[in-house]
Amino acid sequence: MNMDIEQWFYSLPVRFRSFLPRNQVDQEMEAELREHLVQQISENIAKGMSPQEARRSAVLSLGGITQIEQECRDARGGSILDDFIQDLRYGFRQLWRSPGFSVLAILCLTLGIGANAAVFSWMEGILFRPYPAIAHQDRLFALAGTARGDHEPTALSWPDFQDLRRTCTLCEDSFVSKITGSTLSIGDHAETATGSIVSANYFDAIGVHPILGRGFEPGEDLGSNSHPVVVISYQLWRNRYKGDPEIIGKTQRFNNVLHTIIGVAPEGFYGTFVGWAMQFWVPASMEETFESGGYKLEDRDARWIESYVWLKPWIGREQAQQEVSAIAGRLAASYPATNRGRSIGLWALWQTPFNNAGSLLPTLEVMVAVVALVLLIACANVGNLLLLRSFTRRHELSVRLAIGASRLRLLKQLLTEGLLLAALGTAGGLLLAYWCRHALRLLLPSRSGISMYLPGQLDARVMALGAGVCLIVTLIVGLIPAFHTRNLDLAGPLKAEFSGVVGPRGRAWMRSGLVVFQVSLSFVLLVGAALLLESLQKIRNANPGFTTTSVVTTRVSLVASGYDVPRAKIFQDELIDRLKTVPGVESAAFARLTPLGYGTFSSTPIAVDGYQPSLEEQPSVDYNQVGPGYFGTLGIPLLSGREFTRTDDENAPLVAIVNRTMVARYWAGQDPIGRRLQVKGQWARVVGVAADSEYESLRETPKPFFYVPLRQDFVRGPVLHIRTRQPLTSMLATLIREVHALDENLALYEMVTLQEQVNRSTSPQLVAVTLVSILGGLALALAAVGLYGVMSYAVAQSSRELGLRMALGARSDNLLRLVLSRGLRLTSAGVLFGAGVAFAMTRLLGRLLYNVSPHDPVPFGSALVVMTVTAISACLLPAWRAARTDPARVLRN
Amino acid sequence: MSKPSDLVQGTLDMLILKILALEPLNGWAITQRLKQISSAVLGVSDGSLYPALHKLERLGWIRSSWKASENNRRAKFYSLTRLGRKQLERQTANWNRLSAAISGIVKLKEA
Repeated sequence: MNMDIEQWFYSLPVRFRSFLPRNQVDQEMEAELREHLVQQISENIAKGMSPQEARRSAVLSLGGITQIEQECRDARGGSILDDFIQDLRYGFRQLWRSPGFSVLAILCLTLGIGANAAVFSWMEGILFRPYPAIAHQDRLFALAGTARGDHEPTALSWPDFQDLRRTCTLCEDSFVSKITGSTLSIGDHAETATGSIVSANYFDAIGVHPILGRGFEPGEDLGSNSHPVVVISYQLWRNRYKGDPEIIGKTQRFNNVLHTIIGVAPEGFYGTFVGWAMQFWVPASMEETFESGGYKLEDRDARWIESYVWLKPWIGREQAQQEVSAIAGRLAASYPATNRGRSIGLWALWQTPFNNAGSLLPTLEVMVAVVALVLLIACANVGNLLLLRSFTRRHELSVRLAIGASRLRLLKQLLTEGLLLAALGTAGGLLLAYWCRHALRLLLPSRSGISMYLPGQLDARVMALGAGVCLIVTLIVGLIPAFHTRNLDLAGPLKAEFSGVVGPRGRAWMRSGLVVFQVSLSFVLLVGAALLLESLQKIRNANPGFTTTSVVTTRVSLVASGYDVPRAKIFQDELIDRLKTVPGVESAAFARLTPLGYGTFSSTPIAVDGYQPSLEEQPSVDYNQVGPGYFGTLGIPLLSGREFTRTDDENAPLVAIVNRTMVARYWAGQDPIGRRLQVKGQWARVVGVAADSEYESLRETPKPFFYVPLRQDFVRGPVLHIRTRQPLTSMLATLIREVHALDENLALYEMVTLQEQVNRSTSPQLVAVTLVSILGGLALALAAVGLYGVMSYAVAQSSRELGLRMALGARSDNLLRLVLSRGLRLTSAGVLFGAGVAFAMTRLLGRLLYNVSPHDPVPFGSALVVMTVTAISACLLPAWRAARTDPARVLRN
Repeated sequence: MSKPSDLVQGTLDMLILKILALEPLNGWAITQRLKQISSAVLGVSDGSLYPALHKLERLGWIRSSWKASENNRRAKFYSLTRLGRKQLERQTANWNRLSAAISGIVKLKEA
């Protein structure tokens, strides 16, 4: 054994030289022999021969040069490269000779590999390497807070982050990047823009250098509204400022605060938020201008930042998490009032809790399984095509064996042909993936003012994966016919093969097996698509606990237009009063946030009279600030007590309305009307109980929630809700008229119905349904092609049998039924097998399904119907051909 | 240019290895050395040397490199690899055993 390895090692030089073109090896050999002749001749001359005689004698003593060269070549063994090139050329000729087969096979592989490459490029670009401009993404982790008893991660406070940053020894560097929005008016045109509030080290830490101007300087993230500077994105610079080279030092209003433009980010840098392209960056010192809630940089109780940390090289997440948890523990001990029961967690980038990575993760996970199935189906299809063709090539292969080709050589050739198909399929697939790299964006609903950015990333790792897939496909596609020819005997072509339509005989089992395999895998995908479709329907029709029809929402640009609090209060009241007089409008109300919209509700620590929290527990509940008439407008039932009214203002005693789950948790289900609730250190009296509804996601379980009057916890830019009988477009026109009647300079944000808003919140489900349906349809088409191919071939091969049957009195419809029943038998075998696989696999869809059991019989049933109809259509043409068999002609042949 | 007999075929490899064990040589020099040692008995033609060299190279027993020869011409020099040296030892041992056995048999017949 050892000897063999050593021999292999020492023979490497010759093997490597075999890769060289034959010419070079031949040239060396020729030079060697010429050298021998030259020496011989000069010795002969030295012996006293004449030059001619010397040459003649030398050639004679060496022997025939051509013959020696050939012997040397034989001794060296064949050139690997030459064989390969020969096989390749032969393979190309084979493909060229049957273009129909070639196009079909390559198309199948292109779709199969392309789907895989596309999904992996999305995984890479969105989940694993989402920020191409940033170095060491493999060491970058997301930071978020956790609270005991709360499953959802929370934001961090600025002081907590700074303490962590100072004391963490395993962390290399960290930065804050909190998504925000702003109204941007340039000239007389206003629109919303997305941007980030960042720590001053942001651009230095991520290693992105502005192409014009500078990034932020240390200290620019300190103080209250103290550094009104902004770095703008390349797109914004190009599109809105027309690439002005003198842009640095100019000023621009963001949310009505004048900012100095200090830098332009490089092209292709979209910030650090998966899903959306950032258009500007401001230092954390400006957060009050962009965030509600006032000055928060010294408030440990204000949790608002999103941040990332690089671990030092070779530090694992677990190890770092221990240290981070220990630091959080010390913070909780030092600041119990704000940090009790809270900790800090590290998340891998692909699990980042505060951007779109988290919501797309389950979909992409399922997609990986789905595209793998599609690839298997495509391979089975190509394998089947190759099998059919290998029948027509039996003769050729037998002849090659007969004239002395080794089986190894034949295997090499079949593998080379497989490689050729796989390589062409892979090239096509990568091209397809390249075209589809931005396709995910098309599936998600657009929102005005937010530019979606969900790029696939066809980097080296995806390419390597493509190459790996290509090799596996080569093996599958090359070995199937090789397996088939393994017991090819020389007399084979002489023997006639009888294969019947009725059942597979001999080697036909393999083709049938492949078809059954394809049918079962497509059935799995069909079931998956049907389950997701049913789930989407359910979630779209789900009752969120408020009315979705006939309610529209929008916002008025009060903050951006420079309204202060008193002016905003007057405007809001006046607008509501005017709207109430508009025909068709039933009611209207402001609220800080709209349910199931973008934006997360604030959470606040609470205390309840008569409720004693455990030592470790710090009760904290999400809440919303809503105006008078909010519950009526949204159709949220009040179970007891009253709505907020105009009189619940800043001068009146503080009041609150709590939801049913909150009553159950903190008042043990007893009527809380008149009881006290402490919010942000101030006691408010409960005046009403509202029914539970969904707040941030249709998938959430009922959670405690309460409402306070907008006037008692005021924000200047709340969302306006209008219950109206007018259609959206006329309502929009009406509203613009009413708003402009109050102030010509105000602008409206996008207006949508609540239903549209709910639909947008379910977009991950929509993406999953769309992708699985597309791929399921693809799989179904591939399986149909496979079934059609096998049945056509069976009919063509057994025309003699069919003719005989006809001659013996079978009618056409007998034959039709014969072929159809064979096809359906294959289909049922596939469906049976596929149903088993689907039953085991649909649990993977768990996180995407809403109120649908993974084993719901309805989707299984609809998948069965679709599969059967497809199978019958695929078999109809071959069956019809069988029925038209002309017995006289067939039997004559 | 007659094919060397089976005996020669088997021993030619060993002879080449033996010659190359002393020093790296080019093809021409090997033929000269072969002639000096044994050409009368074994009748190795110049032509049969080269395929043998290429075969040994493929087996990894010898390696080749282009160098300047004595009279400053470029020539392909062959030298023994470690594997070739082992092979030579093994073949020599085999040969010694075999020839001892055969000479024993021959002597037995004479007796």
